[in-house]
Amino acid sequence: MATALPKIRFRDPQIEMAHGAGGKASRRLVEGLFAPLLFGPSIEPLADAAHLDINGTRLAITADSFVVKPLRFPGGSIGELAVNGTVNDLAVSGARAQALVVTYVLEAGLPTEILEAEVRAMAAAALRAGVVIAGGDTKVVENGKADRMYITTAGIGPPIPGISLSPASVRPGDQVLLSGPIGDHGITILLARGDLELEAELCSDTRSVLPLVEALARVAAPGIRWMRDPTRGGVATSLNELARDCGLGVLLSENAIPIRDMVRGACELLGLDPLHIANEGQFLAVVAPEYADAALQALRATPGGQEAVLIGSIEEQPAATVLGANGYGGTRVIDMLVGDPLPRIC
Amino acid sequence: MRFVDEFRAADVIGKATEEIRRLADPQRHYRFMEVCGGHTHAIYRFGLKDLLPPNIELVHGPGCPVCVLPMGRIDDGLSMAEDPNVIFTAFGDMMRVPGAHGSPLEHKARGMDVRIVYSPADALKLAQKNPGKHVMFFAIGFETTAPSTALTLMRAKKEGVANFSIFCNHVTIIPAIRAILDSPDMRIDAFIGPGHVSTVIGCRPYAWIAANEGKPIVVSGFEPVDVLQSIVMLLAQLGNAEAKVENQYKRVVPWEGNRAALKAIGEVFELRPYFEWRGMGFISQSALRIRDSYGQWDAEQRFHVPGVRITDPKSAQCGEVLKGVLKPAQCKLFGKECTPERPVGALMVSSEGSCAAYYNYEHRKAAAFTTIGAKA
Repeated sequence: MATALPKIRFRDPQIEMAHGAGGKASRRLVEGLFAPLLFGPSIEPLADAAHLDINGTRLAITADSFVVKPLRFPGGSIGELAVNGTVNDLAVSGARAQALVVTYVLEAGLPTEILEAEVRAMAAAALRAGVVIAGGDTKVVENGKADRMYITTAGIGPPIPGISLSPASVRPGDQVLLSGPIGDHGITILLARGDLELEAELCSDTRSVLPLVEALARVAAPGIRWMRDPTRGGVATSLNELARDCGLGVLLSENAIPIRDMVRGACELLGLDPLHIANEGQFLAVVAPEYADAALQALRATPGGQEAVLIGSIEEQPAATVLGANGYGGTRVIDMLVGDPLPRIC
Repeated sequence: MRFVDEFRAADVIGKATEEIRRLADPQRHYRFMEVCGGHTHAIYRFGLKDLLPPNIELVHGPGCPVCVLPMGRIDDGLSMAEDPNVIFTAFGDMMRVPGAHGSPLEHKARGMDVRIVYSPADALKLAQKNPGKHVMFFAIGFETTAPSTALTLMRAKKEGVANFSIFCNHVTIIPAIRAILDSPDMRIDAFIGPGHVSTVIGCRPYAWIAANEGKPIVVSGFEPVDVLQSIVMLLAQLGNAEAKVENQYKRVVPWEGNRAALKAIGEVFELRPYFEWRGMGFISQSALRIRDSYGQWDAEQRFHVPGVRITDPKSAQCGEVLKGVLKPAQCKLFGKECTPERPVGALMVSSEGSCAAYYNYEHRKAAAFTTIGAKA
């Protein structure tokens, strides 16, 4: 007997850049096309990694692709990003990355020197993050077909004991934690492309957040409800996904969100919202109120976590919405990123 | 951060809102139009409406260059770039504006060479780097951006760059304000005057609004303190039964404007006899075209321009919203068929469009929740 075909809700006639930008269009593509066809009818809220039970052993698995231009930028490079990004996707799903496999898609004509530098960067990042690179694959495509190189990774690892994450467990009164200043990565990349002729002493924040997640877990594991690394689409998009998945409101205190002056300045100039800018070394966590202080102290006591802050709380209303309070009595709705962030005219 | 934080300081904002409450006559309803889309954006972005007493109504004006452009002009611009030898360049704001057959971004996804530039000078550089291609810059904006287009054309002429042209859609602000004041369904008590435009044209061109129409106008900056202070100044004028032009944005706007910029505009552009505005129809002498002495770089002279005229979808009420007759959420399509992601009208595209600003920052705020700001 043939099973009924799942219903596809993705109606966009063609793929646009926005479908890869991490915002609303990306979510529509995943939920409307991939999920119904690939994951079957019982879809759990989509997270950064899948947790599987294999013959009684619980494992988390994730996959990621890296298509950054330029390949190298202040503070990191595509190779480092590939390792850290994968480790982070597992970490914020509550798992400790143990092994990665890597696929390189290389352009004919790519200087070996550049490839070697990226492979070295990956090896060093893997060592720092405490993961093994266990295998991989290589493909070569014609010159000009892959922005010099793309890297795809898959990562696997066991759950961090005691953590059980789900948007459904989020309750009004829970606190929202942020591990440090936002927007460094996205603005660094924007400036490194050189189109703007703006210069700033700014570095990508790419790093493994696993040590921070583990520090958090040690003191607050039972109180951690949800975590996410706010990469493409930024903090605003991650929190909107949370708000939608749990049906509650997220109230941010905008003044509490740490943003470096360089990032703020660039965003003011370009008409971008720092909350929509990508990060590669930060994470958001929702913790039960009774664990919030201990969680914050634990993060701040961990190297790289000194700038961690509480940025808001979960509220009953407005349902499924992120609201920013600006400290002088005004509020605004903070929406997901729509399309790519486009600089404004004037 | 300097020049930003002091204009968002809670204590100063608190004083300004107190002053507004003191000056506003509770028996009276005030309708203030913020002409510029940048102000509309700031008002929603900073939640300023939450700070105003309910009898002060802010009406969004026509000062969003992307929004006032009729759809046909977008199709005209894109039609020139159907030639595979042409690189279409524009500001980021233009990229999602729908034409009859899709936005520039959708054309890009289908293979058209469409690129975002940050200034017309970058488009000129692109032409110099790609001598085998023709680079066309889709120029939009009020007097704010016209000088940079003018200077770019002057440079193209001086350096003899032949593979470059401008599709000029520059418009001027004064005729639009006049059209609004002439509109029978419009009742405005005073204007929050455009800030960026005034850095170029200065404050004098607004004199008639005060002198002949009897409406106060205060040229305003874009930070919360700026907008609130401008409202204080408007209320003070109305309270004294005065109508004059005042400049709140003195740190940026010189009373006389920027002579060098005005000279560049005069060198390169002349007034069109008339130009179509979205929702407002044809307005005479309301837009700029490139002078014949720069005709070689005028895309409209170099290419065949179909002169497409497309009426907006009947159900969309962009015109009424643009003139301030309707609030964004009163449009039948708002938030349903028309969202920032799938905009039907341009007001939903640009960050300065009142529909996009309202959609992004305001419309999901539950009424019960608007006072929570005090808590955080």
